[in-house]
Amino acid sequence: MNWTWFHKLASPPHAYRIAGSLTPWFGWPAFVLIAVGLFGGLVLAPADYQQGDAFRIVYVHAPSAWLSMFVYGTMAAAAAIGLIWRIKLAHAVAAASAPVGASFTVLALATGSIWGKPMWGTWWVWDARLTSELLLLFLYAGVIALRGSIDDRGRADRASALLAIVGVVNLPIIHYSVNWWNTLHQASTLTKLGKPSMAGGMLWPLLTMLLGFTLYFGAVLLVRLRGEILLRERDASWLRTVLAR
Amino acid sequence: MSEFFHMGGYAAFVWPCMALAVVVLGWNVLAARRLHALARERALRRTAAGKGAP
Amino acid sequence: MTRTGFLGAAWLAYRRDLVLALRHWGQVAQPLIFFVMITTLFPLALDPQLAELRRIAAGILWVAALLASLLGLELLFRSDHADGTLEQMCLSGQPLSVLALAKGLAHWTVCGLPIVLLTPFVATGIGVPFEAVGTAMQSLALGTGILSALGAIGSALTLGLRRGSLLLGLLVLPLAMPALIFGARAIDLSIHGDTARGPLLLLAAMLVLALTLAPPAVAAALRISAE
Repeated sequence: MNWTWFHKLASPPHAYRIAGSLTPWFGWPAFVLIAVGLFGGLVLAPADYQQGDAFRIVYVHAPSAWLSMFVYGTMAAAAAIGLIWRIKLAHAVAAASAPVGASFTVLALATGSIWGKPMWGTWWVWDARLTSELLLLFLYAGVIALRGSIDDRGRADRASALLAIVGVVNLPIIHYSVNWWNTLHQASTLTKLGKPSMAGGMLWPLLTMLLGFTLYFGAVLLVRLRGEILLRERDASWLRTVLAR
Repeated sequence: MSEFFHMGGYAAFVWPCMALAVVVLGWNVLAARRLHALARERALRRTAAGKGAP
Repeated sequence: MTRTGFLGAAWLAYRRDLVLALRHWGQVAQPLIFFVMITTLFPLALDPQLAELRRIAAGILWVAALLASLLGLELLFRSDHADGTLEQMCLSGQPLSVLALAKGLAHWTVCGLPIVLLTPFVATGIGVPFEAVGTAMQSLALGTGILSALGAIGSALTLGLRRGSLLLGLLVLPLAMPALIFGARAIDLSIHGDTARGPLLLLAAMLVLALTLAPPAVAAALRISAE
């Protein structure tokens, strides 16, 4: 099979240009989907039988929790590709993804915590989902901190890539352990964090938000990727032609 | 309309969550743009220094 | 001249680390003292009644062992990195993951095993009944082993970095949390007179997994850091 298209894509000048032209194709649909989803979720969807209007928090909580995990998977996959095939672009993708994923993990934790107050009466509860999100945040923090503390960019990329992969191998173990631990200590009054059984009018805004957030990540990733590519480039010639514009 | 803002009594919980979401969404866009701009500046300085001033 | 097989090289690496540790046994004692000190913090900070401490003793033991092991990870690669021995190991032609495993084993012998041996005394001090001490030792033996394996990865990744020891904690503790969950649960079950077989078996499985997967990861990390 002819792989020249792949090598061409992975070459920095091409990737830089393509990322630039693709960004609006992710950004604008994301904006529209999020707007429509929020309207559907906040205005159109009926109030939940048990939770009333508080359940509407799901429309930002669930997409951020989804993104926190999806982005980590993307980061780990890019890290593996970068380490195994030594493709700098893959390391650039991993570097670009990490802060974005961490920010959505924080958002998931914050919205989850706020949602918990009217539901369970406390601002925090060590339930399986929130605890897993917290551990995920620690994993993100480790990768970001490690990359930041190594001056040599090549070593920083490879070290944080290895750490990301170690983290992703641990994720199922962490998930299983936390679930098991939680079943032991679950207070009798606790219910699982707010997934009300979703009638149709409630479901489509959620799916719209999930897709919107994912496309949004695509757009943000592409912009950050361009920056990361530039930071890693030494060859002056293509830089001058591209940047002169 | 005011019923909408009232959110069935849960306004104090729902609206801060929405606000936080807007903040995070906005921050990501701004931070991405800033990173790109910073990287461009550094790259321009690198190329100008390498080949001499135009 | 006979070429040393990888088993011979592993034994040499293990023995060397042990000898070096014995020479600087003051350094080796620090994590141990730390272990005892952390355990002492809890009765001072809380109700020193043994009946009260007993309720959280499992957690105290595990937290203290985790933090003390973190401190002890300093010993693992730092001096070898500083004097160039690590580079020699990378170049030696011996499989680096085997050498890493040997060094990890040596580290556990010098750091983890003493913690396990101290456990009866420390545990009794915080209210663990005599019948549960055996489980506590088993749990901590497996746990410190897992910590040595995971910690070796972190230690190799943060070689030579300033404030690497702070970073090391940030990297290793999240990975150790599953072991903490099961290990502390095992001790807690035993304190209440129930069998701890389930969690202990799971802990042992985690150790086997760590011993299998960590050495290649450590070797990869050493190569990344050595450049």
